[in-house]
Amino acid sequence: MGLFKHKKKNKETAVQETGSKASAKVITEPEADMDEVLNAVLEAPEQAKKKAPDPQATETFTCSECGSQHLIRDMRKVLYVCPECGKHHKISARRRMRNLVDPGTFRKLRVPVPVLNPLEYPEYEEKIQALQEKTGMDEGVLAGVGELEGRKAVIVIMGSEFLMGSMGIAVGEKVTRAFEIAEKAKLPVIIFTASGGARMQEGILSLMQMAKTSAAVKRFSSNGGLYIAVLTHPTTGGVSASFATLADITLAEPGALIGFAGPRVIEQTIGQKLPEGFQRAEYLETHGFVDEIVKRQDLRQELAKLLLLHDQKRRPTL
Amino acid sequence: MNIREIDERMSAIDDARKNDGLDPAEISRLEAEYAELAKACENLTAHDKVFLARHRKRPKIDDYINALFEDFFIQRGDFLSKEDKSIFGGIARFHGIPVTVLGHRKGHNITESMEFNFGMPEPEGYRKALRMMKQAEKFGRPIITFIDTPGAYPGLEAEEHGQSNAISMNLAEMSALRTPVISIVTGEGSSGGALAIGVANRVYMLENAVYSVLSPEGFASILWKDGNRAAEACDLMKLTAEDLLKYGVIDGIIPEPAGGIHHDPETVYKSIERMIIKEFNRFKWMSPSDIAKERYEKFRNIDMKVR
Repeated sequence: MGLFKHKKKNKETAVQETGSKASAKVITEPEADMDEVLNAVLEAPEQAKKKAPDPQATETFTCSECGSQHLIRDMRKVLYVCPECGKHHKISARRRMRNLVDPGTFRKLRVPVPVLNPLEYPEYEEKIQALQEKTGMDEGVLAGVGELEGRKAVIVIMGSEFLMGSMGIAVGEKVTRAFEIAEKAKLPVIIFTASGGARMQEGILSLMQMAKTSAAVKRFSSNGGLYIAVLTHPTTGGVSASFATLADITLAEPGALIGFAGPRVIEQTIGQKLPEGFQRAEYLETHGFVDEIVKRQDLRQELAKLLLLHDQKRRPTL
Repeated sequence: MNIREIDERMSAIDDARKNDGLDPAEISRLEAEYAELAKACENLTAHDKVFLARHRKRPKIDDYINALFEDFFIQRGDFLSKEDKSIFGGIARFHGIPVTVLGHRKGHNITESMEFNFGMPEPEGYRKALRMMKQAEKFGRPIITFIDTPGAYPGLEAEEHGQSNAISMNLAEMSALRTPVISIVTGEGSSGGALAIGVANRVYMLENAVYSVLSPEGFASILWKDGNRAAEACDLMKLTAEDLLKYGVIDGIIPEPAGGIHHDPETVYKSIERMIIKEFNRFKWMSPSDIAKERYEKFRNIDMKVR
């Protein structure tokens, strides 16, 4: 134990990002072996950065849905949900993570996956490197362990800002590792999906990630693990047809596009216009593929409730 | 000569050979020409192979079943809502051993192809396949799947009925089956629609089959917004059997006669038969949990060769 536990305590007071109060902690001390498992695979928590001057904060954000204008600073506070019309705009994986977990608790999973280019796709490595610099992510998914209202979980957040959140080898490996670590540490898994599907630039090996991640979910699930998926805009193709749709509990954000084939491909195939709202979260709920649609502002609380509902310690002992 | 012209000429000679009335001089002239055409098939491009993989005369799943198995009993329906004819299969015997055999069904002609939706399953097809496979597990039957599809059907109802869920469920469940699974890509294996019946202990490809993340047309359309650049995509995608063997994604290649299987399917059926016997002999010594574990490990480490 020791080291990280200490650091975390100090940081909880230092970080002021979400404004949500960590509720009174009722959980007992985690077992030592779980800490050992986690320390071996997790990085130290990120140090809270000093607020640097942020020229973007006072820029204007125009809602693509209703046209209303807001300061970026204000949009950040409302998690990029338009205060006028409720449209859920894109939010980066890092920002989502900061707003989700108890302050200072998130520790990134250490999965060193080098940039691979199995197809020798022209200028692919350069593209990845440029995206790494731009987004501050090493690949299309942010994975680690964090706490929600004091409950630990493995949390995976896909970032559509990184090549449409597409799944190549690195993304598949991180998702798989997330389930493996969760199984070892006996933690639940929460995944926020956002992906155009399998990553074309890595060819057949991207397709194989579908089997790899689905198998990992199956194994985790067979051993009693809890997996909650939050489907966000967009979740399509090879991600939608693998780990995204294998959760015990499936939530979705309002208006998220969720489906296997893209709407354009379907229209071309069947030669007719698709109905209003087709493949949107609400449509999936109607057709029986989503437990609940949850507004972004309410997700943290809803997830905390679901973790509570699956609390092993609260099982009746007869 | 391009592959289309070569193929047409070879097929013409195939037909001429069946004619008894040919004089010996003509026969030897045709044989010589055929040998030359066969030689021209030695270095096919990826695009040529896509052409052969989709060839109308290529054997279809019912041909493989007739050639390799006895006492075939067709199983129909997903027992939830409908019978999807794009997946075909059932129970049969291979050298006396009961097996479950299934695969995509493309049809031999346009009428059949329309009836079978060109081998593009809807969720019901995948659920039917899973029903058959779970039953195979229950009765300890090995499973053999034949992959030949342009992809899962991108339709309105398919989406409404949970195309994604049907595919992901197959991937997850297949990964844990406690009975051996062998998959053979016989034609084109495109996207999740192919993989959804392809999570096998051993994956083989026919020499001219192709297996890829998406059809070359779809690949070109997504990356370059131009589906007409499919030929270019073929060269880039590394979708031939040789490529996939190099990546470690497949376990073996089943050779085809020059110019493609349709010129002499019998020899290929024999090779497939030998391969299945060889694999069955290997599985014989493995416990159900070892078999499931082997498959899990295979896909867990499927990208190790390139990492």
